[in-house]
Amino acid sequence: MTGQENQVPSEAHKAWAPVLELSAREVFSLMLGAELTPSSEPVSGDGLNITSMVGLAGSVYGLLSLRCSSNSASLMASKMLGEDLGCVENTRLDAVGEVCNMVAGNFKDKIAGMGNGCKLSVPTVIVGEDYSLRALTNDCSIDVTVLFEGFPIIFSIQLNQ
Amino acid sequence: MGNIRVLIVDDSSVMRKIVERSLRQANLNLSQVYEAGNGEEALCVLAREKVDLILCDINMPVMDGLEFVKHLPTVENAKGTPVVMITTEGSENHVVQALSAGARGYIRKPFTPDLVSSQISSVLEGKK
Repeated sequence: MTGQENQVPSEAHKAWAPVLELSAREVFSLMLGAELTPSSEPVSGDGLNITSMVGLAGSVYGLLSLRCSSNSASLMASKMLGEDLGCVENTRLDAVGEVCNMVAGNFKDKIAGMGNGCKLSVPTVIVGEDYSLRALTNDCSIDVTVLFEGFPIIFSIQLNQ
Repeated sequence: MGNIRVLIVDDSSVMRKIVERSLRQANLNLSQVYEAGNGEEALCVLAREKVDLILCDINMPVMDGLEFVKHLPTVENAKGTPVVMITTEGSENHVVQALSAGARGYIRKPFTPDLVSSQISSVLEGKK
């Protein structure tokens, strides 16, 4: 996946990165019973062939996305549903969409003033790596990379305010 | 709690399964679980089935949860049936909208089975 040129986040927006990470940690802890760990090394994005996106519209608008591998998606579905890895082939995309949706909702509720004035779209999931993503935003772009059972996951927000 | 018939309304099949699992983990004795992918499908279910509890998402295609709740007073099988919203929309505005539309409870995703248990118990006890 290639994205638009990353905009330099303002100091205020840089403070949103730990909020995004906390939002993701809470979702994984409560819904999957899993702890996310920080990634000590940069992640290229190669092999992260599943992307889920949720749009934000209102006082702040933009896009929150989650990128992960197929194996990671299966593990998410398995943990969310309490089912074996071999049984989640048909539900893993739905699971990734729901995780992204919950992280987006959790994130916006943690940012003062965003909760009431901002709505979420239903999630969209893309399978594949060879695509370009352009969100109609130009204010800031923030990436947070974490490890889920050793698998990298990249959360990104691209926002206009 | 006695045998409960539940309708779970969510556009995500994964979330419907998770909600059902949480209800079972909360020791609710479910005699029947009906599922619907949006408000319109849920109204079709209620046209032929009577349930004791409805759990409903807000953000859904076709007919969202708030619109669905507003339709319920006109549905014979749903009269007096408590509705609990389960949604990622946790803002005060959404809670007020949902309760004003007729919902009895509000559970914000992500949730724990304990939270589901306490919310559902209080809603069902209030129904008695």
